[in-house]
Amino acid sequence: MDKPLELKTGTIADAIAALKEKYPGAVKDDSRQGYSGIVVDKSKLVEVATAIRDELGFDYLSSATGVDYFGISDHMEVVYHAYRTSGGAALVFKAQTGRENAEIPSLTPVWPGADFQEREIWDLYGIKFPGHPNLKRILMWEGFAGHPMRKDWKEAYYEEEHKPFGSRWPGGWVHRAEELNVYGHNVTYPADLDLSKLNDASEEALYSGMGLGVNVTQLDDETALKVDRLVVNLGPHHPSTHGVFRMVVTLNGETIELLEPVMGYLHRNHEKIGERNTFLHNMPFTDRLDYIASMSNNLGYALAVEQLLARGARWQPPSYRAEVIRVLMVELTRIVNHYWAIGFFLNDLGAFFTPALYAIAEREKILDFFEATAGSRMMCNYMRFGGVFKDIPERIRGVANLLNDQVRDFNTMDYLTELINDRIPRSIDELDRLLTDSEIIRSRCIGVGYLPPEMAVAYSCAGPLLRASGVPYDVRRAEPYSIYPELDFDVAVRYNGDLYDRYLLRLDEMRESVRILKQVLPRLEATKGQNVFGPAQHTPRVPVGESYGRVENPKGELGYYVVSNGIGEEASKGPQNPWRYHVRAPSFINLTALGAMCKGHKVADVVAILGSIDIVLGETDR
Amino acid sequence: MSGMGILKGLSVTFKHFINSYVADLRFAGKKYLGQQQFEKRQGLQAEGIFTVEYPDEKLAVPERFRFVPFLVVEDADHPERPNHDWCTSCGICAKVCPPQCIWIVRGQDPNTGRPVPEPEAFFIDIDICMNCGFCAEFCPFDAIKMDHDYEMASYDRTAVHIHDKARLSKPLTYWRSIAPTTALEEATARGGWEHPDIIKAMKKAGQTPAAPTVENARAFMEKTKPAAPPPPAPKPAPAANAPVVQGEAPAAKPAPKAEAPAAEAPKGKFDKQAMLAKIRERKANKQ
Repeated sequence: MDKPLELKTGTIADAIAALKEKYPGAVKDDSRQGYSGIVVDKSKLVEVATAIRDELGFDYLSSATGVDYFGISDHMEVVYHAYRTSGGAALVFKAQTGRENAEIPSLTPVWPGADFQEREIWDLYGIKFPGHPNLKRILMWEGFAGHPMRKDWKEAYYEEEHKPFGSRWPGGWVHRAEELNVYGHNVTYPADLDLSKLNDASEEALYSGMGLGVNVTQLDDETALKVDRLVVNLGPHHPSTHGVFRMVVTLNGETIELLEPVMGYLHRNHEKIGERNTFLHNMPFTDRLDYIASMSNNLGYALAVEQLLARGARWQPPSYRAEVIRVLMVELTRIVNHYWAIGFFLNDLGAFFTPALYAIAEREKILDFFEATAGSRMMCNYMRFGGVFKDIPERIRGVANLLNDQVRDFNTMDYLTELINDRIPRSIDELDRLLTDSEIIRSRCIGVGYLPPEMAVAYSCAGPLLRASGVPYDVRRAEPYSIYPELDFDVAVRYNGDLYDRYLLRLDEMRESVRILKQVLPRLEATKGQNVFGPAQHTPRVPVGESYGRVENPKGELGYYVVSNGIGEEASKGPQNPWRYHVRAPSFINLTALGAMCKGHKVADVVAILGSIDIVLGETDR
Repeated sequence: MSGMGILKGLSVTFKHFINSYVADLRFAGKKYLGQQQFEKRQGLQAEGIFTVEYPDEKLAVPERFRFVPFLVVEDADHPERPNHDWCTSCGICAKVCPPQCIWIVRGQDPNTGRPVPEPEAFFIDIDICMNCGFCAEFCPFDAIKMDHDYEMASYDRTAVHIHDKARLSKPLTYWRSIAPTTALEEATARGGWEHPDIIKAMKKAGQTPAAPTVENARAFMEKTKPAAPPPPAPKPAPAANAPVVQGEAPAAKPAPKAEAPAAEAPKGKFDKQAMLAKIRERKANKQ
């Protein structure tokens, strides 16, 4: 570096100005309507990114994702959102490339957290990242034809570019997907692919990187133990993997030498579905990402689209009561999630189902409230752009009908008050008593799966994983949304970065959530009767532009990168469908650090370390 | 002292263990009999085991509970338009449906060919439906509602999992009985218990529709209470779905299109085979 960048203030504008001054020509403003940030020439990308990290202090790469502007400007770009771990807004920078032979230099040397995200971009967009150590497909399988997120790639059951599909109305006789899409013709393979070899080829590519191939006979007779390394597959079908998740590990004896996560077994191309959908259609789909925490998934998406809608003329922001209810729901969700995470973490340690069922039983009380309010226990679909679906009901009441005769009937506010002031704190204390001092748990957890803070930041870890390593980074405080600025709570943080601290941190966070909820209750009383949702718009037209909405999900930072754009007239009217809908999934990105955390531990610890990250495969695989 | 932590934890487990018996004894013989006991067991005071032993016992679902949608029709004893659809086939539900599982055929006057505010056919593929509730939320006529009947498993998805209009239609009384509060809210917003179109017509004619009140909602509930809640519209035999799905068991017959009975599609309105062919052609062209 010849001359260090000088910053007068910490603002984003100042940072951009400094970059433009240092790299004239290579750094330009993104001047498209509704867009922000800078476009970096790809030949200088690594250099600029290093300056952004080291000199401007944006040490945390939150999200990297591709966008295909096929039909608009016929280029592809990769969008990066970098943050300072001390808080504040994002520095958004982009690198552009042509659609043919697309290439953008890899940023894994700068931010190791870009690893999985760049693999995902390669997989779904076909952008190559020279400099990436392990550029393989991650969600699709090796040998899949094409890159499915490209705009000109059509799925086997393709009907139309956008929903709503014309065949539904006014002359919409029913047809099944499989009538259009006959079995045996629903997948296309590359022309040169030998189907009979499919498994071998993709597995070979995987195993070749696993450090096998020690010739036992050549080992020194005197000193070396005559064992080869052993490759073991943990999963995809295994109770400890929290779903269909697979870890390929190289063992030396019982010690992990290398671990490679293999995922995508639950992949459904959520993002492609999201681009076919209208903006509103995506709301119930977000429930299915992290299905333990659907309420906060809803909120993140609502925030992203609201940022876009707010640029339009007819926008009404959510009322105060709507915001209060949102926070109520989201914090209850956090408690639900941590009950679940702690319960199943103990399962992974071998305390089979006793703690898990105690935790789930408590969770059920919160889900009863969700069901009465949103209509569903887990697939809540509760937030809307500009509010929430409906106000909380006066009574939590079952209705007798043909199926059921026993009814429950509680006053909602009484129920909530008792839940928050009494039941939840009591059960958290009980979990604490049950687990925290247990010698077995302490000896299994303390010092295992250590993740140093600088590594946690570099790997873009988020949520409890990051905070248990001593980085007090919480989106609710770093870039506050909703009514969090007026609420009094602390960012829970622990400093040892091992399994035990991650467990303790989740307990701390639940207590902080209870503290928030206690402040929410009087606000709920005070705002009774206020409207929670403006005039319902079923297919809103959304102003052109990009937005990144992020929330502190129980599992970490959940971000939605939404681009509203279209071809020709569609863009000028305001599109009804997102051009790009990307989910920055905390479960997915937190796994980047799994390999590093497991190295040197035993097989049984791998299961516990995975449990301590707390992943949900609905979100990991999308 | 080493071991104390485990003992502390075991005391919690032991408390749970004892409580499960204490609670059972306390509610011995009247586990689900009295309302008060039931609420205690299912409420926040619950201790011990509060599992409900489905399917022998079932929990009542809350009003807003949403499962596969149904169509509201007038009651059979409605004075002016018995069994008439509330749906006007405006198509908003089909547009707002995220997985696009709703198909509507708009009704036409056979003489003039003009559209009439009534669906000619209405299908919901319940295998595709994701129970999000948007159709009910955005329907401007309160004509499609989310049902509480969640026991829909069947042995043959190709035969009974596409609900047609006959299967979907349920009387307004049914909706008022499963969701009394919501129905009252909606009626208040409409300005009467009747269909919005009727209310509009009445107002035009200078009449005032009977205002919905908590009292008449309660009276309704009392009226319907003693007997079992009104049964949903009789389920048609699976054969009722035949015109739509017959011959469409694709796993067995991958290319059955030629022999599919084209004659059963309504003549002159819509040719399903032609549409399928068109979509397939489009699919072929895209590659």
